[in-house]
Amino acid sequence: MALTYDLRTGGPDLSAFLRRDKAGAASLELLVKGARCAGCLGKIEREVGALPGVTSARMNLTSGKLTVAFEGRAADPGRVIATLDKLGYPATPYDPGQAAEAHDKESRRLILALAVAGFGAMNAMMFSVPIWAGLFGQELGPAARAFMMWWSGVVGAPCAVYAGMPFFQSAWRSLRAGRANMDVPISIGVILTLVISFSETVLRGRDAYFDAAVSLLFLLLIGRWLDHRLRARAKSAAADLLALQAPGAVVLGADGVEHRKPLSEVVVGDRLVVRPGERIPVDGLVESGVSTLDNALLTGETTPVEARAGQVCRAGALNLSGVLRLQALARSEDSAVAAIARLVEAGAQSKSLYVRLADKAAAVYVPVVHAAAALTFAGGWALGLGPREALIRAVAVLIITCPCALGLAVPAVQITASARLFRRGVLVKSGAALERLSEVEHVVFDKTGVLTEGRPRLVDPAPAAVALAAPLARASAHPLAKALAAEAGEGPTADEVTEHAGLGVEGVIEGRRARLGSAAWVGLPSAGAETELWFGFEGDTRIRFRFSDRLREDAARTIQVLKARGLSVEVLSGDVEGAVRAAAEVCGIETWTARVSPADKAARVDALKAEGRKVLMVGDGLNDAAALARAHAAMAPGTALEASQNAADLVFSGDELGAVVDAVDVARQAKARALENFGFSALYNLVAAPAAMLGFVNPLVAALAMSGSSLVVTLNALRMARAGGSR
Amino acid sequence: MNIILMLAPMSVGLGLIALLAFWWTLRSGMYEDPQGDAARILIEDAEDKPAV
Repeated sequence: MALTYDLRTGGPDLSAFLRRDKAGAASLELLVKGARCAGCLGKIEREVGALPGVTSARMNLTSGKLTVAFEGRAADPGRVIATLDKLGYPATPYDPGQAAEAHDKESRRLILALAVAGFGAMNAMMFSVPIWAGLFGQELGPAARAFMMWWSGVVGAPCAVYAGMPFFQSAWRSLRAGRANMDVPISIGVILTLVISFSETVLRGRDAYFDAAVSLLFLLLIGRWLDHRLRARAKSAAADLLALQAPGAVVLGADGVEHRKPLSEVVVGDRLVVRPGERIPVDGLVESGVSTLDNALLTGETTPVEARAGQVCRAGALNLSGVLRLQALARSEDSAVAAIARLVEAGAQSKSLYVRLADKAAAVYVPVVHAAAALTFAGGWALGLGPREALIRAVAVLIITCPCALGLAVPAVQITASARLFRRGVLVKSGAALERLSEVEHVVFDKTGVLTEGRPRLVDPAPAAVALAAPLARASAHPLAKALAAEAGEGPTADEVTEHAGLGVEGVIEGRRARLGSAAWVGLPSAGAETELWFGFEGDTRIRFRFSDRLREDAARTIQVLKARGLSVEVLSGDVEGAVRAAAEVCGIETWTARVSPADKAARVDALKAEGRKVLMVGDGLNDAAALARAHAAMAPGTALEASQNAADLVFSGDELGAVVDAVDVARQAKARALENFGFSALYNLVAAPAAMLGFVNPLVAALAMSGSSLVVTLNALRMARAGGSR
Repeated sequence: MNIILMLAPMSVGLGLIALLAFWWTLRSGMYEDPQGDAARILIEDAEDKPAV
């Protein structure tokens, strides 16, 4: 359920979100929704920039962030948000954090390394081409030849050293940890190539491979950069989703003024105000106010529970009807969420043990190639080639088998696959997530918010009754009233509306006084647990509206398609038995369990794992977070709580459960493409390595073979982008 | 041959200039907001500087 909060109803103070620079001037970063065009951009910057105390407003259309700088210490962020709201762009304070900035630096370093490698490859090649021309009998005097080789080295070698740094560092880290990743053979290959090429240049030898070393790094950096971009984009998109969802807590100051603070700044004893439609920020004791709470994301139960003074309510519950004043009983890190967060952490550690496809390939590739190179050197020397010639051939083996194709094979496939999923509204958090998803054979669904829409919908609406109650419903912020208003569409709003916490709204429709709310509010005995609203004109008959959490429209079809794909399906829900059975029957799921606690969900996933089955968990609630983290792969809808989104590998937005099928299909295709690319690389090496051993490889052949094989795997990866989904 | 002695460093120098130019564009934030910069040319009174 997306969290909206209405700033017109007494905007709380947002100054806790301001960032101060050294001189004390404040700035604010906001995530603005709906700004797309030049008109929006101009309007936002002009209006916000004209506010008193604002020195500059800069909108970034690409990321959707607005940076507002204030003059001196006087800053009024609430006014900026209210202005944006009036213009029609809802905005949320955004706290980018330091991790994002570090990530950005890394991205810049990779791009710069890529640029340097590109420059080096082109310019070293410029001096290599005349030497290659010599191979076909054209004349090139020894002096000119030496001149070309020297220049090739002077330009190529420094570029190779700079552009190779990311690989050298990663290889060193991996070696110190006692393992060998793909960067180890790359680094050894590049360094050896440079050393041998220099010695050949000094000795006026035949071959120098400076251009090969740099272009190898250039191709590998493309793969590295694609992989980095995939993670960076997923990270920022995930941060945006969460910023929209958790705008902090409203703390009531000693002076009675409301301040909106980041969750991390709430301390025990703070007095909090929670309006209808907001989530309880931390565990708290109700001081005053009456309301109903929706615990769906906490426990999976769909029936709301009542909250009144003296009661304890848990972080993550959604406040449905009245304004609640709470006393914070725990900090955000210590709230009920924390116990689950620890389970999540334990699960995430087991996930980090997963060995990626490329690393598996490297584990085979590294010893084979190095053995081949060593054999070439030893064998060549033994057969009377002389140590220098034998060494050159060994280096040629290293160069020609160097894994540009391998380094590009997986990232290129994964970036095209996740771009395709991104267009379908599915966010892939990492390449490893796609690999794990392709292996799943059993899918566990949560019910509330996953199989169902997770928000109330009107059951059997009678259009005439809906039209009668709609004017009052439009005036209320209550989720049920909103659902009713959504059913009715646009129209007039009632006059003289007053909202009564925990009861309902009262107002005047066309001269007649009317009430919308609980049974007691319209003067009837309170009936039961069912989610309902009553409406009545003064002294007239009462109309009942029933709401329920509907199944997603394509839930049954999705389950059917998943089964057709050979996956088994099961439901684990914290909700009561009747509701779970009904949902499972409609969807055609035979295995279901109701009233499952969060720990039991995780235990069930562990049990399946112990049977050797690879589980995909799809869940949104806090009660699913531990299971999400333990499952082989995990998906969460964009409406899920922060903990669940963090624990999931993929996040899908939109109302369609079919995203799960799309994700599985694309992940399987991506794996097939990656394996094809590996197969091609193996084939290529089978031809190239013996050729290099026998001395048929010269710098020209190396350049052609390397770029050719990289081109083939990249084109094969790009087929992913065009291949249509099967749905 | 002499002409090559002169042309070779020149062409490498030109490449270096291009590399430095790219480094400068990266540093001055020209890739931070491609969509915004495309939209900005349509606004009459907007500043035409990239965000830093």
